[in-house]
Amino acid sequence: MMASSYNAKDEDGHHPGSVGSGGPGAVKSKKPDNTAFKQQRLPAWQPILTAGTVLPAFFMIGLIFIPIGIGLLVTSNNIKEFEVRAVAIATSYCVIRALCSYTAPRTKDFSNVFMYYGLSNFYQNHRRYVKSRDDSQLNGDKSSLLNPSKECEPYRTSDKKSIAPCGAIANSLFNDTLELFYIHPNGSRIAIHLVKTGIAWWTDKHVKFRNPGENNNNLSIVFQDTSKPVNWRKPVYELDPSDPDNNGFINEDFIVWMRTAALPTFRKLYRIIQKKKDNMTPTLPPGNYSLEVIYNYPVRSFDGRKRMILSTISWMGGKNPFLGIAYITVGSVCFFLGVVLLIIHHKYGNRNNNADIPN
Amino acid sequence: MDFSTIRNLITRYCTGEESWVDSRTVYIGHKVPPPGTEAYIPQRFPDNRVVSSKYTFWNFIPKNLFEQFRRIANFYFLIIFLVQLIIDTPTSPMTSGLPLFFVITVTAIKQGYEDWIRHKADNAVNQCPVHVIQHGKVVRKQSQKLQVGDIVQVKEDETFPCDLILLSTSREDGTCFVTTASLDGESSHKTYYAVQDTKAFNTAEEVDTLHATIECEQPQPDLYKFVGRINIYLDRDEPIARPLGSENLLLRGATLKNTEYIHAVAIYTGMETKMALNYQSKSQKRSAVEKSMNAYLIVYLGILISKALINTVLKYVWQANPNRDEPWYNQKTETERQRHVLIRAFTDFLAFMVLFNYIIPVSMYVTVEMQKFLGSYFILWDDDMFDEELGEGPLVNTSDLNEELGQVEYVFTDKTGTLTENNMELRECCVDGNVYVPHAICNGQILPGAAGMDMIDSSPGVDGKEREELFFRALCLCHTVQVKEEETVDGIKRGIHQGKSTSFYISSSPDEVALVEGMKRLGFTYLRLKDSHMEILNREDEMERFELLEVLNFDSVRRRMSVIVKSSSGEYYLFCKGADSSIFPRVVSGKVEQVRARVEHNAVEGLRTLCVAYKKLTHEEYDQTCRLLNSAKLALQDRDKKLAEAYDVIEKDFILLGATAVEDRLQDKAADTIESLHKAGMKVWVLTGDKMETAAATCYASKLFHRNTQILELTTKRTEEQSLHDVLFDLSRTVLRQHGSMTRDIFSGLSGDYQDYGLIIDGATLSAVLKPTQDVTSNGGNYKEIFLEICRNCSAVLCCRMAPLQKAQIVKLIKASKEHPITLAIGDGANDVSMILEAHVGIGIMGKEGRQAARNSDYAITKFKHLKKMLLVHGHYYYIRIAELVQYFFYKNVCFIFPQFLYQFFCGFSQQPLYDTAYLTLYNISFTSLPILLYSLMEQHINMDILKRDPSLYRDIAKNSLLRWPTFIYWTLLGVFDAMVFFFGAFFLFDNTTFTSNGQMFGNWTFGTLVFTVLVFTVTLKLALDTHYWTWINHFVIWGSLLFYVIFSLLWGGIIWPFLNYQRMYYVFMQMLSSGPAWLSIILLIIVSLLPDVVKKVLCRALCPTTTERIQRMRADRIFERVETNIRDSLLDGIQNTTEA
Repeated sequence: MMASSYNAKDEDGHHPGSVGSGGPGAVKSKKPDNTAFKQQRLPAWQPILTAGTVLPAFFMIGLIFIPIGIGLLVTSNNIKEFEVRAVAIATSYCVIRALCSYTAPRTKDFSNVFMYYGLSNFYQNHRRYVKSRDDSQLNGDKSSLLNPSKECEPYRTSDKKSIAPCGAIANSLFNDTLELFYIHPNGSRIAIHLVKTGIAWWTDKHVKFRNPGENNNNLSIVFQDTSKPVNWRKPVYELDPSDPDNNGFINEDFIVWMRTAALPTFRKLYRIIQKKKDNMTPTLPPGNYSLEVIYNYPVRSFDGRKRMILSTISWMGGKNPFLGIAYITVGSVCFFLGVVLLIIHHKYGNRNNNADIPN
Repeated sequence: MDFSTIRNLITRYCTGEESWVDSRTVYIGHKVPPPGTEAYIPQRFPDNRVVSSKYTFWNFIPKNLFEQFRRIANFYFLIIFLVQLIIDTPTSPMTSGLPLFFVITVTAIKQGYEDWIRHKADNAVNQCPVHVIQHGKVVRKQSQKLQVGDIVQVKEDETFPCDLILLSTSREDGTCFVTTASLDGESSHKTYYAVQDTKAFNTAEEVDTLHATIECEQPQPDLYKFVGRINIYLDRDEPIARPLGSENLLLRGATLKNTEYIHAVAIYTGMETKMALNYQSKSQKRSAVEKSMNAYLIVYLGILISKALINTVLKYVWQANPNRDEPWYNQKTETERQRHVLIRAFTDFLAFMVLFNYIIPVSMYVTVEMQKFLGSYFILWDDDMFDEELGEGPLVNTSDLNEELGQVEYVFTDKTGTLTENNMELRECCVDGNVYVPHAICNGQILPGAAGMDMIDSSPGVDGKEREELFFRALCLCHTVQVKEEETVDGIKRGIHQGKSTSFYISSSPDEVALVEGMKRLGFTYLRLKDSHMEILNREDEMERFELLEVLNFDSVRRRMSVIVKSSSGEYYLFCKGADSSIFPRVVSGKVEQVRARVEHNAVEGLRTLCVAYKKLTHEEYDQTCRLLNSAKLALQDRDKKLAEAYDVIEKDFILLGATAVEDRLQDKAADTIESLHKAGMKVWVLTGDKMETAAATCYASKLFHRNTQILELTTKRTEEQSLHDVLFDLSRTVLRQHGSMTRDIFSGLSGDYQDYGLIIDGATLSAVLKPTQDVTSNGGNYKEIFLEICRNCSAVLCCRMAPLQKAQIVKLIKASKEHPITLAIGDGANDVSMILEAHVGIGIMGKEGRQAARNSDYAITKFKHLKKMLLVHGHYYYIRIAELVQYFFYKNVCFIFPQFLYQFFCGFSQQPLYDTAYLTLYNISFTSLPILLYSLMEQHINMDILKRDPSLYRDIAKNSLLRWPTFIYWTLLGVFDAMVFFFGAFFLFDNTTFTSNGQMFGNWTFGTLVFTVLVFTVTLKLALDTHYWTWINHFVIWGSLLFYVIFSLLWGGIIWPFLNYQRMYYVFMQMLSSGPAWLSIILLIIVSLLPDVVKKVLCRALCPTTTERIQRMRADRIFERVETNIRDSLLDGIQNTTEA
């Protein structure tokens, strides 16, 4: 219907051209094009939000969200999480034997168990801290290795040598050692095998972090003109001497630490306890365990707390009931609003319609 | 910037304070006057270089930057940028520097380009060759080298290079024809006269021998005013002094026509020409939306500063514990430690300011500008407003006021040419009470001779016949009409005679053309003016010649014009025509009563009436008159006043001949338009110079007044009977009583049946009302207030007998009244320019009275009826578009910045930004800019046709309703709510747990990216919810910009960017997307943020719908019903078919 009306107008446009005194050419050139766009008459979908149109959406959201929420909540509740608050003791060596009874229910977990350390009141997201790093140094750039970015101050140089890795983040690398032992009923302690790779992002380990010096396997030579971060006990090339793929800048503990946490209370992945190959025995069989912590990392000064967390992981990650609850809540609210709107729609919608008709 | 003040200063500086004089002396041909004449003070004049460009190559960058940073917004962003450069700030200077640089560069390029074009134009003008007479020879010179005093030769179709005094022309009578189309838009040829005593100096050699000086006033911008004197020295005698007037002054920019060549002397050059003086940028008008935008900006500036202050204070409270200020893992550098605490606090404050500065976005200004500029094209393109007759569409002279078109509360309209066609036709003439009606043109053929005349009354006797012919001759002679000739001189006579349009009449006043054409149909044809003889062809096809001795030009104060002619028989006649009020008091004999009755009758019919009178002059009387006129014309000072006095003396003791009535038809759909404007809640005022009866008749015809409108009169007639005071109080009492009942009506919802009032006021009374009274005892100062009170309660006001300046006064008065309503003035003539410039929105009509109004207006349209679409459709659209644009911009930046503010509470108030630099920079520039820009160009909440059909919808947006504080607060709170949802949603999701399936943890950048993703989607979808008009472009842009965000993020995080010194975003976005809960929470958070707005919208629509919403609903229902009935019908058909079968 619209198209036909344009055509009619077009024809109209031609008539005055021949009659007009200014000459047809002049008339035509000034006359605007009669396109739908220029006349603001593009065909358009013109939706309006009324109770009627919104109602189904609300019910739909309610119907979809509540099951999702329940699913999420159930998944979250199925995740076993176990947390130990490390008591900071002045001694550097500390063993906690309080775990025993709690690990008993872990009977059916055949999946990997993830071991985290947690810190609280630690401001990894402080601006001065966040920017205190040199990404090109960490990416293996030779010049940055010897001349790190200004952002690293005051952890840029020591003893007139540049620090590698420079910056506050690297300097404050978490250096406690956590070890987990299974206490066999006969009293012997069996060390649980803790896998220390696969804890950092794959891209971080393989692309973003790189050791300088190309293929030079002898890292001590590569780093010879640099100095270790002041708080470190050993230089960067001795972080994991046993595994050259986990040493230097590509040490995964280091990479994990370098990803600054969003909030002052955070946890970081420390080790993975891999599931048993046979899938018959649980990853952590019920029984008593002991956690041994080599306590190096001071947190008392800033009222910090340390934790060790053992957790299984589902498709939705660790234990977090928030998402499930939120989904259920939002779903219910939508459902409720849907009902309210339905009532309003019936009460007022008709009245409005009646009022409209005389207009 | 005011040119004239600078110029004055410069002149003063150059010439010294003492030599500053009010007139200048020009030596023609630079010849020193003979000794013994008065000592002239030598003056320096500028050369003829015209500079319209603003910049030179050298000063472009500093000057342009300076001008740009004078804008408060640009300055603010510059400060932020500098702060970022100087102190250690959380965000890189790029984030604000880049957009600012972009804006500044684009503006600079645009202005530079415009200036380059101006330079080119200037050069073309300045270097174009002119012919100057030097030592008796014609020399070519560049225009810019022209000096005051040079004698210039101009050939046909050339443009005058500067303001010139015409000395001689190729035509023997010393006249030349000029069109001033480029000056005032009037394309008709105007006649200019050479000085009588120099017109004989025809050739270059002769002119060079001329020895004369010109004294004239210093340059002033009025195109039509000029006074001067030429002193011609012949044979060392006493100089002959001749007056110079604007008829001798050829203006720069005008073009010589129909004259082979002229010689003239330059008197004003370069920037002192009248054209250059008139070239002034109009004062910038600001729209109401812009004002509320500025108010919002101040609020947001307050929010910004208080946020920064709160955070700074909290930071220092929190840092009181040294272990928090500087824990072992996060030490400060030495220099930081040594800084004084106050300096640190101040730097922190600035850093917070920088962190939050995006709440006032640079891009809003860019978007608003672009919206206005691009949006104005829809007016230009509008086919409905295109006039086929003129072959022209609307013009947009400024796009700053688009949205103001949707806010108009008062419409001030001119009558003639605006409400009416200004297409005059002589309807009848009345001689001594006998009425003649000229036959209309039948099929383009004019019935010749006396047959073209109908006599209604009894045929007059011999004496009457003589009077009748005198009347016709009077009308044929008393005018300033020119005959535009076609090429051949021969053809003219025949052409006119045979009615073929080989020649036609041109005049600045259409009334005159109508009269002369009417006379032609009554048998008296004006042929031409030749050698100051006017030739007319009488009924017997005989040529009559009258020598034209004097023309006493029309002016709007006198409201009449006269000519003095000498007939071939040697009799002197003075013919005068003018408004009845200016003729009747000067009449001594004639059938005054009959004519007056007829005039009044015609005026009521809405016809324009003119009275014609004459007197015979004896030779002595004529001489006396001549002397009187010449002495007045020669006066250098107060010439106008003296002329007026002389006219007053001359034009009296008339014998009344009769009257004419010219019909000025109403414009097409004028009544419909006015009715629509009324329904839209606008008050329409007609301001006209016409007389009350005519104007009132037009008002009735155009439905401004209805039959049941009670007319309140505030005219001189009434104030003569009562004092102004009493009249005013009377009227206000009447109106106020009405007002009380009206409000009641509105409450009871029956507003249709109240008495409405129309006010008629005339110019004289108006000036009495507006005049501040001296005596304090009477409450005369309140007249204005009372008057406004009355006007406010009248639906229509007619102001007649208005001088142009009074029109502007009225507009100003309403503008300044306490509600500060938005006013619109519409007119077509030069007399409307002042009100067009004064009103908030000035609309010019490209009509018959030249283009002056159109040029000075903000928008120009071709017909009055187009005002309806302009206001009801375009104005309405632009208003809702820009209102949404402004509110949305603030909303989206609250959403953007508030999470950053919240984040400070969790990062030790360290100014850590939540988002990556790229996101901070691009959020306003690219992720969220296009959808809103497109919305603000395309949105149509209601169909155009409905807007036009139902003007009352305009009331929905009246009084800036979409930009009131409650709406603004709602948007801001919505923004805060959404920001809270984003931030705390992400916060609880990140709360000490992982949400990947491989147990790995996310960092702060993932946190920010999650918030940012939700933010971009929510903000865009919020706009999608507000969009009522989804064309494919909307779909493309909205979904496209979301897609762009995703693609950009993938790219941004997908590569180690070599030029960046950080790689914080590397794979962050992809890692986030690889996590299921991140997806789930993004969806959840988007829905939660949009939910309240949707609920609010639905509830408002259901519980208290506005008219707009009802209409939308109705339309939707109707479509639904149509579908339903279609289905039912087809079903019924089907059933019938089956039963039949």
